[in-house]
Amino acid sequence: MAALLNNSARVALRSGASATSKAGAAGLTFARGKATLPDLSYDYGALEPSISGKIMELHHKNHHNTYVTSYNNAMEQLQEAQAKGNIAAQIALKPAINFHGGGHLNHSLFWENLAPKSAGGGEPPSGALSKAIDTTYGGFGEFQSKMNAALAGIQGSGWAWLVKDKQTGQIGIRTYANQDPVVGQFEPLLGIDAWEHAYYLQYQNRKVEYFSAIWDVINWKTVEKRFA
Amino acid sequence: MSSQTYTLPPLPYAYDALEPVISKEIMELHHQRHHQTYINNLNAAFSAQVSATALNNVLTLVSLQQKIRFHGGGHINHSLFWKNLTPPNTTANDISAAPTLREAIITRWGSHEAFVKAFNNELLGLQGSGWGWLVSKGGVKGRLEIVITKDQDPVNEPDVPVFGVDMWEHAYYLQYLNNKAGYVEGIWKILNWVEAEKRYTAGAESLLKL
Repeated sequence: MAALLNNSARVALRSGASATSKAGAAGLTFARGKATLPDLSYDYGALEPSISGKIMELHHKNHHNTYVTSYNNAMEQLQEAQAKGNIAAQIALKPAINFHGGGHLNHSLFWENLAPKSAGGGEPPSGALSKAIDTTYGGFGEFQSKMNAALAGIQGSGWAWLVKDKQTGQIGIRTYANQDPVVGQFEPLLGIDAWEHAYYLQYQNRKVEYFSAIWDVINWKTVEKRFA
Repeated sequence: MSSQTYTLPPLPYAYDALEPVISKEIMELHHQRHHQTYINNLNAAFSAQVSATALNNVLTLVSLQQKIRFHGGGHINHSLFWKNLTPPNTTANDISAAPTLREAIITRWGSHEAFVKAFNNELLGLQGSGWGWLVSKGGVKGRLEIVITKDQDPVNEPDVPVFGVDMWEHAYYLQYLNNKAGYVEGIWKILNWVEAEKRYTAGAESLLKL
């Protein structure tokens, strides 16, 4: 699992800032105890034609960044409430932390489980993960159909994930509303953003075309590492 | 036995009539594609319900309820939305076109401006997809409340939806991108206060019998 805290995160830990959960939190970065927007490992235009450069830029620089900023604001308020021993205020902040913290986690995982074709995007999984997919779904194509059906069935904003059940080690497909993160019993392996902002500029209401095109830029190497 | 089929209601104005607040392109997609899809899926769900009823298939009937709620809600909400909008710079845009409602708003929030501010805050605080509504509780001329419904959940009877604002990203994204606040600010320039007054004093019932 590539959930290693980097240097700045360790600094953040020493300075008493809250640690991020290790669950699937690949590559989360911090500066002076604050969550920061992670860099993409590819250019904004590198996922074309599946996802346009304009979508990627807005999605990363504006949407993801807003989640980061709002999460940091909520955490600051939480620390104030903790310092004052104000339990009601701490509880009232829960939805904001879930939503903005979830948005930050989800997008961080999403960028990493995508890759340009030139960097292996779309190359099907191999090894143990490939076996698990075959055993569970009867084949890679069948898995993709099930995942696409789950994505198309989301009513409103949300995400579909391939997850690993921590209790049984088995994989499964789960959908989550809004920015609810994959925490608790399940570990996130592969996430696909089904919010309209993830595809609307390019696909408008034809979301099924987006769900079909995104398979060309899935980074299965990352998913395999998360599964291992 | 067959179920009733619903059809897309025409807009009460041209696709470009809400410009510059809402672009023609958004209105066309929103009405012809999004609203139409809710209607298609609602009709399919009702048709499946007729078959399941004939077969006494309770499991299917129960599982259809969520689809009917979502797609039926989508049809109701959009139908209400189109009618509570009007081209900008018309007499209907002015709150003085809604004397009874205006008085009730001022009684409840202190001023028109304070109400707009409270309503905008609720709209911008919505997490995910949904709608913001001004609701008259319990029936016409009731206590006013700002209500957020998630996804396509409709305002349920006996409450009256005085007006609604679509906060799904498809309602504004092509024009406003992530600038939700810009869209929310613009909505007041195309709000139909004549329609709002009518619903507040006489109900939205006829509109809901689609």
